[in-house]
Amino acid sequence: MRTLSRTDRSRRAVSALLTTLTALCTLLAISILAIILSYIAMRGVAAINFRFLIDSPRPVGEGGGIGNAIVGSAVLLLLSCIVGIPAGIGTGVYLSEFGGGYVGSIVRFLVDTLTGIPSIVTGVFVYAVVVLRMKHFSGLAGGIALALIMVPIVARTTEEMIRLVPHSLREGALALGAPQWRVTLGVVIPAAGSGIATGAMLAVARVSGETAPLLFTAFGSRFFPRNLNEPIASLTVQIYYYAISPYDEWHAQAWAATLVLMALILSINIAVRFLTRKKFG
Amino acid sequence: MPVSTPLLTPKFAVNSRVELAERATKIAVDSLDFYYGRTQALENISLDIPEQAVMAFIGPSGCGKTTLLRTLNRMNDVIPSTRVEGSVLIDGENIYAPGADVVELRRKVGMVFQKSNPFPKSIFDNVAYGLRINRLTSSKAELQERVEQALQDAALWSEVKDRLKSSALGLSGGQQQRLCIARALAIRPEVILMDEPASALDPIATSKIEELIVDLKKQYTIVIVTHNMQQAARVSDLTAFFLLGKLIEVSTTEKMFTAPNEKMTEDYITGRFG
Repeated sequence: MRTLSRTDRSRRAVSALLTTLTALCTLLAISILAIILSYIAMRGVAAINFRFLIDSPRPVGEGGGIGNAIVGSAVLLLLSCIVGIPAGIGTGVYLSEFGGGYVGSIVRFLVDTLTGIPSIVTGVFVYAVVVLRMKHFSGLAGGIALALIMVPIVARTTEEMIRLVPHSLREGALALGAPQWRVTLGVVIPAAGSGIATGAMLAVARVSGETAPLLFTAFGSRFFPRNLNEPIASLTVQIYYYAISPYDEWHAQAWAATLVLMALILSINIAVRFLTRKKFG
Repeated sequence: MPVSTPLLTPKFAVNSRVELAERATKIAVDSLDFYYGRTQALENISLDIPEQAVMAFIGPSGCGKTTLLRTLNRMNDVIPSTRVEGSVLIDGENIYAPGADVVELRRKVGMVFQKSNPFPKSIFDNVAYGLRINRLTSSKAELQERVEQALQDAALWSEVKDRLKSSALGLSGGQQQRLCIARALAIRPEVILMDEPASALDPIATSKIEELIVDLKKQYTIVIVTHNMQQAARVSDLTAFFLLGKLIEVSTTEKMFTAPNEKMTEDYITGRFG
């Protein structure tokens, strides 16, 4: 074996140094996440039991739970998905397939602007447009506020994912006599399917942690939801009210609710990953 | 220097000149100009392609052979700011006439691309795609029969018959390309365009595709773009040589590879440039 020259040695030293540095950065990022998760788990797990998960809130000293908030959050998320995901995917498909021109660039700019709007502004907007007109807070208004936050996220990820579909696939389908809409619907969107689902999942994860836009739309409630036309509880808003309260019992419940919220988001993530496993990839 | 011995010998039996002269014209390209934006890619091309024959387009990269191939099923329509002047008649009908049905045209003129492009679906669904979107079959049994027939015609059936439901992306490169040929054959087109169909394949897969082409010309009119002189000599009845967007020479492959009229053709075929 030949001996290493000086440049060889210094090149190896730099390489080793940079590898170590990136490894340290990764470790830092992961350990922050681990600290947050374990702290929440530690503080939250004490107050969690079966009654806590199914009961609705009670006055201080009587226990009570977050069952109504879990159901409320699920209803709000479902509503926002029904409105936000189709609208977002539709916008994304438009942008990628037909958005090459002037109109497309305007729409893209508007979508980007929408992504940057603080969520509390979205809340105020829905308050002005929906709540004031209906003259009361409602689950419907909360769902609309969350959907508005989802649309631009879903739209841009859908657009990016569809752009990644190779042009040769479209040409292959066109060459078989498929009209443009069938190519988009039958070949391009399925090929981008798992990417689009990941985008939708990210949007769901993002809005399930939103509190601000719900404060003056869904408002919160101490009862199980009966319909969409009345104020509705949600985990985040419940956590907010419990956390700013002066009672130790409610603080413990806020920690527990936080743990539940994180577990729910994690299970949504895992479920979507599982469902969109690449069958033909 | 005139060439007396064949530069390359055809491997398969090809149609003789006399036979070809009797064939009806399937595709007639007439004074065709083609532009990408302001760049002219094809200049005044006129060319007749007889039915049930193999026509090879040869020429150095960038000479316009793929562009011409793609004008024959209007595949260039999807590229923005392209422009066509002149006409292409298939069975006597101008495919660039206003109101011509592009979907109908592509059903009649199938295409196999340079790089195999199977859909991320099962093997069966890939072949069935064209049949399904064009509603060409009336029952499930008929669909299965047509898929099997297409796979057999593409000489792929025996290799995939036990795994029709598995992903097409799991096939080897040569199998994927034959799958794309099967997909094109399934809708029973009249013309098949092939854009360097074997350029990414190994010699064994290439010879399979070449045998297939010779076999397919009994039923179809085939136009093939190739960079491989030997391949053009082996599979085609007619050869057209292009240079810088112009058609330099077209004649029977036999004549082209033994006694070309143009000096440029001879230089290219013998590898003096290109």
